[in-house]
Amino acid sequence: MTDNGETDAGPLIPRQRHMHPVPYDPEYKTSVPRSPKWPLLSMESTPSEETGPRFGHSLLGPLDNNLILNFSKDGSPAIGERILMHGRVLDENARPVPHTLVEIWQANAGGRYRHVKDNYLAPLDPNFGGCGRTITDAEGRYQFLTIRPGAYPWPNRANDWRPMHIHISVFGHSFGQRLITQMYFEGDPLIDRCPIAATIKERSQLDRLVAPLDMARARPLDFLAYKFDIVLRGRRQTMFENRLEGM
Amino acid sequence: MVQSLDTMIETPSQTAGPYVHIGCIPSFAGLPGVYPEDLGLSPIAPGAKGQVITITGAVIDGTGWALRDAMMESWQPDAAGRFAGQDGADPAVSGFCRFAADKDSGLFTLTTVKPGPVPHRSGGVQAPHISLWIVARGINIGLSTRIYFEDEDNSADPLLSRIEQRPRVDTLIAKKTAEGQYRFDIRLQGDNETVFLDI
Repeated sequence: MTDNGETDAGPLIPRQRHMHPVPYDPEYKTSVPRSPKWPLLSMESTPSEETGPRFGHSLLGPLDNNLILNFSKDGSPAIGERILMHGRVLDENARPVPHTLVEIWQANAGGRYRHVKDNYLAPLDPNFGGCGRTITDAEGRYQFLTIRPGAYPWPNRANDWRPMHIHISVFGHSFGQRLITQMYFEGDPLIDRCPIAATIKERSQLDRLVAPLDMARARPLDFLAYKFDIVLRGRRQTMFENRLEGM
Repeated sequence: MVQSLDTMIETPSQTAGPYVHIGCIPSFAGLPGVYPEDLGLSPIAPGAKGQVITITGAVIDGTGWALRDAMMESWQPDAAGRFAGQDGADPAVSGFCRFAADKDSGLFTLTTVKPGPVPHRSGGVQAPHISLWIVARGINIGLSTRIYFEDEDNSADPLLSRIEQRPRVDTLIAKKTAEGQYRFDIRLQGDNETVFLDI
């Protein structure tokens, strides 16, 4: 059972792989040697996929979902465009996914990551780390306060630049729901030029990764807001199982 | 037009990228201090029942090169086959671990308890196994696979039995190198390509 009383029994709905990015895409060059050649082995899920780790609120520190302050040593805020990133985590049956861990990571306002392997010449921000985490509430809602990340160049084709984006990792309630994706920002002209975004062949599906500006949640004289809802795999619902759902 | 369905479509995946460690294993990225410790450092706490084992391996691309930037997560039951949260499960087994390939050698190490067999919906049991999820730059949707053990009876496992090409079964079976020590390499592409799962 989930904490809101809904059943967590039952097999997971199979993934619609054609709605996901293709594994092999020559325009995203690193995918060429890192994509399996053989088909996946498909099978109905088992307890190994239908269970998963749970993380409680005791995991969280008070600033874990505030990237503007969570790396600052003296309370000085990170530099950049202050934004609220918020949304809901739902499953394919349109039910909220409560009490699940959401993690994000991103570059700073200049497009520089705080990672030992990033040597882009844009400077680090001494007050910005770039990671955050939170746990969804009883209705599946989450939010982060952060700065809008900058675009950055990467060695793919000769002049490729990633659009502004925030990486997101979601657990759900079972290991088979595990998902990592990226949020893009409404109106960014680099989205249409990005070979990573273009690994998603259904344009309508890529559009689901583009967060709209949400003035209803923006706070005057403080921050703008972007909304990003996430849908995880659901569980098959049927009256014709050997046992009743939820029993 | 027919009626519309009530179901939604899963959010599309994107690659975790080369800097996945910032968000998931910050100390590996050289980013300490935001959290007290990284998430999922070990799937077991002291006192966990069962045999403690170590699995070592590498994630190898289609050219034979070991990835230095892969991140993995494992999920497994305790030594009796119970997952965390289930009745009677060993409280010292969280069952979840998150680990990275070494940035110099590409090797990873997972220290855990050997899992017990798990029931299957259609009856019977699944042979002991650890579920593994692999993300990295160049991997557009996380790859799922399983680690089985060569010193267990895998003959009746429902998943292994579905693999038509019997030589491919070996790609899911960790080789015993010493007592409590196993080797498990993941080959993303090409000769002896690991079986990846859609379940």
